[in-house]
Amino acid sequence: MVNTKVTLSGLRLDNPVIPASGTFGFGYEFAELYDINILGSFSFKGTTAAPRFGNPTPRIAECTGGMINSVGLQNPGIDAVIAHELPKLKACFHKPVIANISGFSLEEYVHCCEKIDREEQVGLIEVNVSCPNVHNGGMAFGTCPESAAEVTRAVKAVTKKPVYIKLSPNVTDIAEIARACEEAGADGISLINTLLGMRIDLKTRKPVIANKMGGFSGSAIFPVALRMVYQVYEAVRIPIIGMGGVSAAEDVVEMMLAGATAVQIGAANLINPYASKEIIEQLPRVMERMGIKNLEEIIGGAH
Amino acid sequence: MKQGLFTILENRKLTRDIYRMVLEGDTSEIKVPGQFVNIALNGFYLRRPISVCDWKSGELVLLYKVVGRGTAFMAALPPGAQLDLLTGLGNGFDMNKCGSAPVLIGGGVGIPPLYALAKGLLARGKRVSVILGFNSEEDAFYLQAFETLGVQLAVTSVDGSLGVQGLVTDALRLISADYLYTCGPEPMLRALYENTELPGQFSFEERMGCGFGACMGCSCETKYGSKRICKEGPVLEREEILW
Repeated sequence: MVNTKVTLSGLRLDNPVIPASGTFGFGYEFAELYDINILGSFSFKGTTAAPRFGNPTPRIAECTGGMINSVGLQNPGIDAVIAHELPKLKACFHKPVIANISGFSLEEYVHCCEKIDREEQVGLIEVNVSCPNVHNGGMAFGTCPESAAEVTRAVKAVTKKPVYIKLSPNVTDIAEIARACEEAGADGISLINTLLGMRIDLKTRKPVIANKMGGFSGSAIFPVALRMVYQVYEAVRIPIIGMGGVSAAEDVVEMMLAGATAVQIGAANLINPYASKEIIEQLPRVMERMGIKNLEEIIGGAH
Repeated sequence: MKQGLFTILENRKLTRDIYRMVLEGDTSEIKVPGQFVNIALNGFYLRRPISVCDWKSGELVLLYKVVGRGTAFMAALPPGAQLDLLTGLGNGFDMNKCGSAPVLIGGGVGIPPLYALAKGLLARGKRVSVILGFNSEEDAFYLQAFETLGVQLAVTSVDGSLGVQGLVTDALRLISADYLYTCGPEPMLRALYENTELPGQFSFEERMGCGFGACMGCSCETKYGSKRICKEGPVLEREEILW
């Protein structure tokens, strides 16, 4: 028997496999298909203070080895998430869940984290700093070390739960930003969010996506994500949740060798609703084949 | 929703760009006309959502249009090839809401789901009228199939080469009906919305990521809040539509 357990800031997970925010809703669509309690945890749909419809459609474009989305943080708002989604989720998922929080201002992050801090079901808060920062001329909080650190400090002040900052790859030096978050008190780093991309329709000669650009995800981005996890592992001492194009149990192992303690599955859930389940089932077989008894021991093994 | 492997029994060209594919597999999850399947294709990242034209136990009929590389790949698949399908997606048409004389109006690739719908409504003893709109005679398909069902059929073509010259709205006056079911391009749906007071159900299209409600890629705003075309749609009630 191999041991797939990992620990994220005191949160013990049966395995490192976590469906990524925005690819798993609040879990119900998948709970109809399989018992989602086999998951290590899952990161729920990115939540903001107010309800958001998101961006105009079309919001989806296909690419070789991936897809572009510009959903734009559609969510029912933090109050509805707490009042309706979390109680419903409790019926089908009995493990601590990861709360993915987004915001357009420092106050919004603080407001949402204060509220979610009171929820017992939430084991960890993942703060998405890839959204435009109205205090910073529309730049994303996560694109400069100072503003990423500012969000980290503000959020840490209002919650006792572990705070992981989810970083954007659309930056010059992601390691520097990760380091700034660590110094500001972050308990861990999640990376990577999607890569900014676009497609143009050859018939209309216009962008496919209504918002022109969107986030590129899918197996094609795996090497980029892996490289960034590797770089951030060298820069910080706090745990890393690695993600970006992970589609197989072998990818999970590779991410962990690069430095991830846990691994999120994103776009793969959308093209194969059983992707996370299959990866969890395959993981022990891959470990046996590789002679890994204790999965935690391989974290950062490639360094 | 159910995932399953299907085997192609037939994959035949009906017009210059419309194909008919018959598949063998588990159809138990398909409950009502107007639902769709989502097909994984080798070498393409996203599945292709295709509405169900007809089904019975163990067999599924799809009519699809070749519009890009994915559907061109589908068109080249031989009988015997296997496809990974998600079935039972979307809400489909509600056949219990219509009066005694529904009219079904389809344009182009919006026509296929109306076939099973016509069958279902006829089986419920309704007097069914159907209006099918095409660009030209050479684009027409399934006319015989609809006629054989025993519906009152009217056909329109933009260039006048077949049936009434014009759009489906030009054939509306030929039909007396108390309820509307429609599927087709959005401009057609909107024209129908504006040209008739009939209550009814409209089936919409949107670019989808997953097809089963997880990614929120295909959301639209309605009078009762946002709905996912793949999950709470593709069929919307007339009174909830916001254009």
